[in-house]
Amino acid sequence: MTRFLAAAALAALALFAGAPAASAMTIEKIVSPSGIEAWLVQEHSVPLVALNYAFHGGSAQDEADRAGTANLAADLLDEGAGDLDGKTFHERLENHAIELGFNVARDYFHGSLRTLNENRDEAFDLLHLALSAPRFDADAVERVRGQMLSVLRRDSTNPNSLASRRWWETAFPDHPYGRESRGTLDTVARITADDMHDYVRRAFARNELTISIVGDVDAKTAGALIDRAFAGLPAKGDLKPVAAASPRGMGRLIVINLDVPQAVVAFGGQGLARHDPDFMAGYIVNHILGGGTFSSRLYKEVREKRGLAYGVSDSLVWFRRAAVVLGGTATRADRASEALAIVEAETKRMAESGPTAEELAAAKAFLKGAYALSLDTSGKIAAQLTQIQLDNLGIDYIQRRGAMIDAVSIEDAKRAARRLYGGGMLVTVAGRPKGLTSSAE
Amino acid sequence: MPLKRIISAAAIVVLAAALATLSLAAEPTDAKIADFTLPNGLELVVIPDHRVPVVTHMIWYKVGAADETPGKSGLAHFLEHLMFKGTAKNPTGRFSQAVAAVGAHENAFTTDDYTAYYQRIPSGQLRSMMEFEADRMTGLVLTDDKVLPEREVILEEQNQRVGNNPRARLGEQIDAALFLNHPYGKPTIGWRHEMEQLSRDDAIGFYRRFYAPNDAVVIVAGDVEPNEALKFAEETYGKAARHSNIQARDRPQEPPPVAVRSLTLADPHVEQPVLQRDYLVPSFHTAKPGQSEALEVLAHILGGGSNSRLYRALVVDKRVAVSAAAWYDSSALDMAKFGVFGAPRQGVTLPQLEAETDAVLADVIGKGVSAEELERAKSRMIADAVYAQDNQVSMARWYGSALMTGSTVSDVRGWPGRIRKVTAEEVQDAARQWLDKRRSVTGYLIKDASPQAEKKS
Repeated sequence: MTRFLAAAALAALALFAGAPAASAMTIEKIVSPSGIEAWLVQEHSVPLVALNYAFHGGSAQDEADRAGTANLAADLLDEGAGDLDGKTFHERLENHAIELGFNVARDYFHGSLRTLNENRDEAFDLLHLALSAPRFDADAVERVRGQMLSVLRRDSTNPNSLASRRWWETAFPDHPYGRESRGTLDTVARITADDMHDYVRRAFARNELTISIVGDVDAKTAGALIDRAFAGLPAKGDLKPVAAASPRGMGRLIVINLDVPQAVVAFGGQGLARHDPDFMAGYIVNHILGGGTFSSRLYKEVREKRGLAYGVSDSLVWFRRAAVVLGGTATRADRASEALAIVEAETKRMAESGPTAEELAAAKAFLKGAYALSLDTSGKIAAQLTQIQLDNLGIDYIQRRGAMIDAVSIEDAKRAARRLYGGGMLVTVAGRPKGLTSSAE
Repeated sequence: MPLKRIISAAAIVVLAAALATLSLAAEPTDAKIADFTLPNGLELVVIPDHRVPVVTHMIWYKVGAADETPGKSGLAHFLEHLMFKGTAKNPTGRFSQAVAAVGAHENAFTTDDYTAYYQRIPSGQLRSMMEFEADRMTGLVLTDDKVLPEREVILEEQNQRVGNNPRARLGEQIDAALFLNHPYGKPTIGWRHEMEQLSRDDAIGFYRRFYAPNDAVVIVAGDVEPNEALKFAEETYGKAARHSNIQARDRPQEPPPVAVRSLTLADPHVEQPVLQRDYLVPSFHTAKPGQSEALEVLAHILGGGSNSRLYRALVVDKRVAVSAAAWYDSSALDMAKFGVFGAPRQGVTLPQLEAETDAVLADVIGKGVSAEELERAKSRMIADAVYAQDNQVSMARWYGSALMTGSTVSDVRGWPGRIRKVTAEEVQDAARQWLDKRRSVTGYLIKDASPQAEKKS
């Protein structure tokens, strides 16, 4: 029963909460014997190794009528690879307490590995097998497809899922960003083993790879481990380009009728690209409006003063070829229009007046101080380093970030607020919100 | 992403499910864990970890939903929300502003057995957080203008967690049928009709009854030396007066279970039926030595992941289910639950799935487990102890939840050793003794396809 539940998980990507500075860790850039680059943090106090890596090319690589291909492939990588069937593969993992994670987002395939130091060779060998020789055996494909279809059937009456899906479909029609990574009941039913082999061949290549490794290893050992897992992959991938896009449907309200006691709301609009000069200012402004703390404007107005919702927040979401700001809340049906009116009024107020100097100073202090919290486990550090690499922020980003936050002026913040919230919002609501009906297209 | 391995927390107490995982965690073999008790009765546990300049500061009160007066369900959790409404010394918002000013993260949670509040902070802020937290232990001020909107918030929380979630509602019904006499049968978040009536006076009365230094444990994990934490605690929490009338938590206990119970919840939004069965079993606190550890190993072998008996049999070999799992959370002050879960493939009925599930359980009861699967389970579980050391929050939560449910620091430290000693015979005995259907409630969640269901909500 936590006090605060981050509103419905509406963002398509769990992106890192940006982040400020202040950790004593040293990041080394290493190159493996076969020439693969990685970032390494040596951390010798706990006998484990945490690896995080990504390939360019996520679900945006899926054919529209086969949406969910990359995601289904990811679910099947540990269900049989090389000469190991799925049962043997899982037993080898568990016997050595090795954890492999695979996750597909719009732009990237993300992977993680955690192992006790004593089992690291086995761990990286198994990872190699999973990435280079997944079998996609027919029985495993049908089983995992059945599991995915079961999840998608559940989603079909889940208000969070309905509001979120409709938001993305409407914002990015006919674009891969408009499709959920898991696909739909129709598209998942069509995916073949060949589709998945094709995805793996196109994406799992050394030139598409980003690696971070944290743990009880020195640079030489880390290089050898990286080669164990990745040196055997093809040198070059074969990815399709993804077109640049901007979210559409601003000003629209779409109501999805569903007989549930609480209406789930998704709202959002145009965001800021990661390399936009206003990105950091926008990041701070968004924190002030609806970042996940107990002092955001939306939290105070929607929850604290009026008790309209348990959670309300919004966040910046950025892809390689598009960016949005996206928020969510869930509120009782008879007061949904009131809650939405407050969200709209607060975003409008932020667009017109920006934050106050006091709010800006407080948000800067928060965002700088909160950084260390995002770097307190080996796995979190490795994931953060991968994101910094994917975003091309530089190996000294962690050191520079505090100064970048401090450099944001009140004028910068006001400009960013206008850009983020001045263009109207696309709103989707799933439930029976009293007094709300879909607007005309 | 590996959806197949998620045990959808059919129970409402999402957090308790998370803690069940954590309770498999962490052997602090060489960590210098310190355990102090202040003269006013407050216990302080310090778990040093100097890798990053961050500290997790948590205060745990030995009071939860099971300590509510009948008719006041949801009160422990409501008070948890209201603890953020300010004191005479620190009016509403000041504590949260101080937390935000240093980039810290704060939250709180409630279960049947305990209520906890925490901040994750840069190391230098520990004393200041203790000062705020000590102030709120005794100085809470509540007025209706703060209390009444927050009651709307917990009702929305109930809608979000339960009202909009048929699996959570099934879990509530199973609990209510499993516990004939013990307050664990009530939802932690409360029954709506009772939540709607909770008042300021209810909350203040509950607060005065249970919030005191001699009813609390402070856990500090991270970049701090034990003696420094002790000094700060003495200067802050040390000033709070001991409560003379904190009563032992003597809740009404369960009679021996004698009836096989089953129930069905139908909801128009169910697209994936599920089977969930909960057995009434001992917790670590109520078990005889070794029993709870045997149940933990049994749960892992039966339903912990892709190699487990239930997953192999029901999902892979017989293909009657899309998911199957078992779990056991040993951290309860009174009796605990052992759960079995399955979601049928399309075309398979719940009674068919139940029969196949029973066959898997009967096999373990009748023939026991192999040496190989025992070793695999034990090494996997014990490795989690090492992984937990990488995460100060895991460590703090693990110790906190144990100390709230009758365990000691040395019980927690001894956990890996006790798991190592579990034998195949003990696992089979645990299955035979506790997986008796008369100890259980079996719940079916099905789609309500009746015409009336389409109209009403």
